[in-house]
Amino acid sequence: MSPTILFLLVIGLGLITWLAARGRAYGFSAAGRVKLHSLPSYHGWYAALWVIIPAGLFVVIWSAISPGLSIQAALADPSVAALPLMDMERNAIVGEAYQIARGSGQAAFNPAASALVAPMKAAISYYGVIGAVLTLIIGLAGGAFGFLKLRPDFTARTRVERVVMGLLLIASLVAMLTTVGILASLMFETARFFTMISPLDFLFGVKWNPDPIAPLSADTGKTFGAIPLFWGTLFIGAIIAMIVAIPLGLMSAIYLTQYATARTRKWMKPLLEILAGIPTVVYGYFAALTVAPMIRDFAAALGMQNPSTESALAAGLVMGIMIIPFVSSMADDSIAAVPQAMRDGSLAMGATTSETIKRVLVPAALPGIVGGVMLAVSRAIGETMIVVMAAGASANLSINPLESMTTVTYQIVQMLTGEQSFDHPATLSAFALGMVLFIVTLILNIIALRVVKRFREAYD
Amino acid sequence: MTDTPAKLAPTNWASPEMTGKLKARYASERRFRLVGLAAVSLSALFLVCLLVSMTWNSVGGFTRTEIKLNIDFPALGLTVDQSQLEAPDAAEVLSRAGLAEAVSLSAMQSYGPQGASFVSDGAWVDVRSKLIANPGLLMQKVQINVAASDDLASAARGEGAPDIKAAYDRLAKQGAVGSAFDPGFLVRSDATDPGQVGIWGALKGSILTMFVTLVLAFPIGVLSALYLEEYAPKNRWTDLIEVSINNLAAVPSIIFGLLGLSVFLTFMGLPRSAPLVGGMTLALMTMPVIVISGRNAIKGVPPSIRDAALAIGASRIQVVFHHILPLALPGILTGTIIGMARALGETAPLLMIGMRAFVASPPDGLTSPASVLPVQIFLWSDEVSRGFIERTSAAIIVLLIFLLMMNGVAIYLRNKFEQRW
Repeated sequence: MSPTILFLLVIGLGLITWLAARGRAYGFSAAGRVKLHSLPSYHGWYAALWVIIPAGLFVVIWSAISPGLSIQAALADPSVAALPLMDMERNAIVGEAYQIARGSGQAAFNPAASALVAPMKAAISYYGVIGAVLTLIIGLAGGAFGFLKLRPDFTARTRVERVVMGLLLIASLVAMLTTVGILASLMFETARFFTMISPLDFLFGVKWNPDPIAPLSADTGKTFGAIPLFWGTLFIGAIIAMIVAIPLGLMSAIYLTQYATARTRKWMKPLLEILAGIPTVVYGYFAALTVAPMIRDFAAALGMQNPSTESALAAGLVMGIMIIPFVSSMADDSIAAVPQAMRDGSLAMGATTSETIKRVLVPAALPGIVGGVMLAVSRAIGETMIVVMAAGASANLSINPLESMTTVTYQIVQMLTGEQSFDHPATLSAFALGMVLFIVTLILNIIALRVVKRFREAYD
Repeated sequence: MTDTPAKLAPTNWASPEMTGKLKARYASERRFRLVGLAAVSLSALFLVCLLVSMTWNSVGGFTRTEIKLNIDFPALGLTVDQSQLEAPDAAEVLSRAGLAEAVSLSAMQSYGPQGASFVSDGAWVDVRSKLIANPGLLMQKVQINVAASDDLASAARGEGAPDIKAAYDRLAKQGAVGSAFDPGFLVRSDATDPGQVGIWGALKGSILTMFVTLVLAFPIGVLSALYLEEYAPKNRWTDLIEVSINNLAAVPSIIFGLLGLSVFLTFMGLPRSAPLVGGMTLALMTMPVIVISGRNAIKGVPPSIRDAALAIGASRIQVVFHHILPLALPGILTGTIIGMARALGETAPLLMIGMRAFVASPPDGLTSPASVLPVQIFLWSDEVSRGFIERTSAAIIVLLIFLLMMNGVAIYLRNKFEQRW
């Protein structure tokens, strides 16, 4: 019996218990002797929770262990003796038979597996029945326990609310668990990577050319120098993209907040925000299809020999466009947070609007703007699809924006797609790169958020 | 004798020196304003440029080059009878009966020995679906429009070898080939030939993935927003939770892909490239967005409502679930839709969990291999053929329409239900 059916069973049982317990509580109040402590529906919930929580937990655990149990049982069958003893082959056959017996696989690819299907099916239905019976017993026992505890003066509401509170707490822990999960998985794989490749080679080497199929040798570490990746990431995300995004974003914010009429503002602001809502894969395609060929032609016109279609400039430019609304909205917020008195004071002294902006508003808003730019940089260096589609794969350590360059995110995608084995440093290097990316963006975000917060407090 | 401060003569604003200075200042003011206007216009221009280039390229993506094919089914002698076509395994029966060869034979009969190279390799699939839809055709001689081969399709755009171009011109004069609107693009799945591809498979994958994301991220996000805003005591633990939520919202999406790969695939052993795993990964990414917007919405509910409910004897749980949550719900929903729209366009984390395989049929369920729209766009963008460029743009337009609709709903909700207290 599949977990879905078991879950439905639990929910059905819970519903019946809810109705029954609520009915009982109504019975108390109809008898009219005592005032109920809690509303009848809380009595219903109390009893229903006693069904749903234990039985639901059981179903979760059962659906995790029952496949193993059925396979174990099926392996007691005499036909198993014919199976090869080699672990991998044996597991493949057993797995296939299990899939077919569940009804999710097509005809057996392996003849040995089809012999195993019948005992497997028998085992699955046997354990299915056991699971259903156990669920039923646990559910009924829980329901009976909850039901029998009901009294007119029973504090059902307090108890139900305690459970709800626990649920809320668990939900809010998910975010922390995710952070821990990210850190743990990155650290685990990174540690494995560093047992094979020295961290010094990785962090300070200047040649990136890992070969995912080459066997390990003493020189393997020399091909894992990540400096060209770090440089490519910074050059595209923090330099080229920011050269585009900071002036455009800042000036757009200034124009829209200080000069534009209410009507222009009403139309242009959402228009710019559309830029932030376009998926990055679309930007990547735009970069590869439209921008990159233009830049290649431009490079050829400059007299460059065999300019490549992929260039740091194409990726950086399009990334900058993507970041414009981000910078613009951060700048907008920061300028709006500058007290009106400062602006009025400057204007009253006879300064023109542009002088007020340049000499008073922007300097006063500077911490906020810098914080916003840092957040923008952190977003740009973590951006993946644009660089995957437009920046190229060759790890060049160059300052020529017309050359192809690769980034941390590009290499993560490169190393983890296609053929991968989790024992090779090339695959594991993706996690080390991810770790570096995570740490750098984390630091940027923490500093930026702190700067912005302090700036807001200064004017509050 | 005391020093009296030297009396300054009042500034003569009419003097040429001062008017010149003033002029320069006003000129700089105008320049600054123009620079601002230019920045806004340039940003808007980029947007227009991007949208126009995608729309322009996509026009061809919703059409395909088709060739007329005369098929004389009775003469072909397919070993299939009409009743078999009504059975559920009709598609398989037809493939086994040699429909593919029959179609290329008909092409040769219609257009001479070269004929087979005019129709797409997958053209028989078109014929098959026509037959299944209308089994009566099996007894007739019919004219069917099928996808033309890739060569012929590029000849239609004026590219390719001269001989195939000549052949195309000849066929075009007979009225046998032409470009036709291709509604099948919306109902087919991935294929190797641009004439045969469709986006339904990817779209269905996206819908299933988004379903999982919503089911996981929405309840968890709303509950933790309620907890943090209404109940959480101010202590170190709460601070830690808050910090991790704020950071998660800014962690690069590809990191979530790495998490999904090592926890969901390697550690928990869930199937690769399944909507279930994709949805779980995206849920972790969307949840912080929902929490942050949810907290803002909850903050917006005035304290007087809380006080009033508490004063008439509601418990703290009742206050929140009966009064605060319904009032904050429009704001929470707006944030949820915006987070979901972001998840719908997300590509990188899904590449990490193996969603880049060639999947030629729409997924059956949450655990069968699937592709999603943005990944499909990425996969097609790697293809060099001109036909795929148009198809990619068409898929992008479909994706953008979906995003536009979601954002439209969010804006509508905000305008309709937002309350000013």
